[in-house]
Amino acid sequence: MNYNELFLATLPETVLELAALLVLIVDLGLVRNAGPRYRAVVAAFFGVAGCAVALWAVSIAPALHFGSTLLLTVGGTAGVAQCSILILTGITLLLLVDCVFSRNPGEYVAVVLMAAAGGLLIAAAQDLLVIFTGLELLSVSLYILAAFAKKSAASAESSLKYYLFGGMAAAFLLFGFSYLYGLSASTSLPQVVLGVSVASLNGGVALVSVALVMIAVGLGFKVAAVPFHFWAPDTYEGAPAPAAAFIASVSKVASFALLISIGTALVPGHGAAQSWSLILAVLAAASMIFGNVAALAQTSVRRLVAYSAIAHAGYILLGLAYFEPSGRNAQAILYYILTYGLTTIGAFGVISAVERATGNDSIGNFAGLHRRNPVLAAVLLVLFLSLAGIPPLVGFWAKFNLFAAVLMVGGGAAPFALVALAVAFSAVSLFYYLQVLKSAYVAAPAAETKIKAGPVTMLVLIVIALAVLGCGCFPAYLQDWIAGFYL
Amino acid sequence: MLAWTIYLSFAGALLETLLPKGKPGLARALALLVAVAGLVVAVAGYAAGFSQGRITVTDVPWIPSMGIRYILAADGISRVLVLLTGLASVAGVLFSWNIDKRTNQFFAFYLALIGGVFGVFLSYDLFLLFVFYEIAIVPKYFIIAIWGSTRREYGAMKLALYSFVGSAMVLIGLLASYATAGAHSTGLVDLAHAGLSTSFQMWCFPLVFIGFGILAGLWPFHTWAPTGHVAAPTAASMLLAGVVMKLGAYGCLRVAMGLYPHGLDPWGFSLLGLGSWRDVFAVLAIIGIIYGALVALAQTDFKFVIGYSSVSHMGFVLLGLMTLNQIGMTGAVLQMFSHGVIAGLLFAIVGRIVYERTHTRQFADLEKMHLSRRLPFAAWAFVIAGVASMGLPGFSGFVAELQVLVGSWRAAPGWTVAAGIGIVIGVAYTWRALQKAFFNDKLPTAEDHPKTGWHDMAAITWPEATGVTLLVAATLAVGVYPRLLLDQIEPAVKTFLAGGVQ
Repeated sequence: MNYNELFLATLPETVLELAALLVLIVDLGLVRNAGPRYRAVVAAFFGVAGCAVALWAVSIAPALHFGSTLLLTVGGTAGVAQCSILILTGITLLLLVDCVFSRNPGEYVAVVLMAAAGGLLIAAAQDLLVIFTGLELLSVSLYILAAFAKKSAASAESSLKYYLFGGMAAAFLLFGFSYLYGLSASTSLPQVVLGVSVASLNGGVALVSVALVMIAVGLGFKVAAVPFHFWAPDTYEGAPAPAAAFIASVSKVASFALLISIGTALVPGHGAAQSWSLILAVLAAASMIFGNVAALAQTSVRRLVAYSAIAHAGYILLGLAYFEPSGRNAQAILYYILTYGLTTIGAFGVISAVERATGNDSIGNFAGLHRRNPVLAAVLLVLFLSLAGIPPLVGFWAKFNLFAAVLMVGGGAAPFALVALAVAFSAVSLFYYLQVLKSAYVAAPAAETKIKAGPVTMLVLIVIALAVLGCGCFPAYLQDWIAGFYL
Repeated sequence: MLAWTIYLSFAGALLETLLPKGKPGLARALALLVAVAGLVVAVAGYAAGFSQGRITVTDVPWIPSMGIRYILAADGISRVLVLLTGLASVAGVLFSWNIDKRTNQFFAFYLALIGGVFGVFLSYDLFLLFVFYEIAIVPKYFIIAIWGSTRREYGAMKLALYSFVGSAMVLIGLLASYATAGAHSTGLVDLAHAGLSTSFQMWCFPLVFIGFGILAGLWPFHTWAPTGHVAAPTAASMLLAGVVMKLGAYGCLRVAMGLYPHGLDPWGFSLLGLGSWRDVFAVLAIIGIIYGALVALAQTDFKFVIGYSSVSHMGFVLLGLMTLNQIGMTGAVLQMFSHGVIAGLLFAIVGRIVYERTHTRQFADLEKMHLSRRLPFAAWAFVIAGVASMGLPGFSGFVAELQVLVGSWRAAPGWTVAAGIGIVIGVAYTWRALQKAFFNDKLPTAEDHPKTGWHDMAAITWPEATGVTLLVAATLAVGVYPRLLLDQIEPAVKTFLAGGVQ
């Protein structure tokens, strides 16, 4: 490895960091005295441009080796996840334009870009140290983003909670990694898996299980799986809408890409793989049940989305618990998480528009949305029905694809029972999604004034809704695009 | 050609959402135009289908990597139900003529629902069928919750949740069949050929049958039906009873019985006299027939009578399916058509023509109004509909229920006796409703008829008269000349019995 190789291999991350610097320079130097909205537009523009260039860089960046060990991989899961991260980041940046919550939009965009760079690293990393570095870069940026509405106490509280839980989870993860290193004397994923299998043959099963549980704690926190989910409702509620959308989408994509890498590295049917599968299955079942049941009782739409996010994480973990490295399962999971991320960003866009017009995000404030802003109500209808898994929207297809992949792996009654549980709880989830839609479409409006959303937000939301509908009617295009990375 | 019924309806729904607000007349005209166009296509497709078996309308790859294809095809059973949907949708639009609130949204949901229903009846791929099935559920919720009456939000949510629990069961069955069959296709024909093991079919059959049966009003999962029917606006009640319940029955027939025929095999042991899933569901169907009729007999709300009568009549459909013989299953399909038309007519008279003018559905109030004198059109329309509903000769219900009874006699004579009791109670509750609502024994006295108190009831409007005429003509035509439908149903049932959907 020389610096030239390093530069080329990390070109996407480098592009994002350069864009972050550029945004800071432009924002604090050139347009410092302009109005906040103008500054937000400029910052978002540079951020989106950075993402676009990084997207191009992803397509040309080679894999990175250190000696004979692979540090960063390309294509396959990494490729899909990196493209998804960049696309979703760009969209959340666009939401910033009409949602000025800070006097320093440049700083916000810069931190978002750094977080995305962390996400890109995680998605491609094949080495424990690189994984941990990427995770910390992502996490620390997210803590800052959650606290970005400096005048809001809720924002500060949410960030502190997120930070405290996150710090602890990172400690668990690092502890688990240290065991793995102790067992295998290597930090490279394939080497680690090899060392772990040797160790479990030599009677080290208990140690391996402890290490895997530690790692599951650390990553369970990142994807908000029960029982490591406590930060999610508060963070979703308190963080500024674009930051919450980012946490709910991009950070999830990166974390699940990492989980896919681990699942792909593990040898199926082996002792370690079986414990890993069991751990994930337990997390999945707990998340599906708890997330859906808790969401039933929510009156704040943001918290409702947070609990539903926990439930969705449960569905995806189910896909990881019964995993085959053939690529079919990885593609189904990536399809799910990408479309879920897109839908959630849209949902936060709608919530933030309603919030700004009516004061807060309680379900009652959505009353009569179809009269106060018909387009916004229609977008909400499409997005929430998609989250509930109603055809012909993309959420249904994603679920079908994921569950079919789980059943295809086979393995008897357990996966089947869990899929049945997941499908049953999707029916439960319809109830709380319908509560919000009922408020928007059935209830009489509290006031006759229009709810306005900025033109960029409206455009983004309409495009997202059309994409959700389009990908639902013609799921093959997105699926082929994802499969293209695995050729 | 039949595929255009689907596309026309969805295009109509889209156009309705784009119409300017505050132009209800335009929205109505567009909806009627779309519904009539759908009916014309359905009739033409039906006429073109005589002496033909299954016609494949469209067959293109949809999601190649999963082996899912976009297959639309129609055999005699599908064509009859498409025809029914066409009729019901035109009648529904006519009886929704009085909707002034958010008219374009109403018809947008309405046409989306109709499009989904057409889609289910024409799908020959299980995945596609499921997609259309779910598309038909969501609009129902909004139609009832926004435009409904009595406890509308409760009724709407109950209906939506029951439907989704049912469809979740179907989805589990779909996923399991797809994975078990080797995951190369979700086409109904391919899955039927996949050689699913008997033990698999044994548990998948009841799962899917109940899943669809919930929507068909299968006792004891029928409780959404009366509350949903009562809460719904008239057109939605007509569609719910007329075609949506048929979706469930059609799913039971096409999917549950077509894909898992061995699920009906004997268990090899007997429990409480029941030796197979066939016995279980036949008994549930009979309980539904008698229970629905008895409960209808005790109602004080006119619309609840019709709501429970639907449960009773749908019991005949399910019983007919469980006979597993030519005549019984032919009767079941004919009963789907017949009940669709007659229930639509009954709901239209009760929910629209009478309620719109009296603003009550309670028999206690209706009894004092002497409606046979003041609303003779409604009274005589109800007499015709009631007589058809009782199953008197000359109407479609007679042919259908007779065939079901003959079929069930051949399967198990005990079933026929029990179902016969249901028919007798059916006569009783229809008679009671007729008498209480329209033909009170007492003649109006001078006190009943104060010079100022009785305001004139609004005249019957042309959409009402047209709608009633359309539906009465349909039930009479089939009753007098049943070969009109039987010529298409019989060969299709014969093929079905010969080898599933193969």
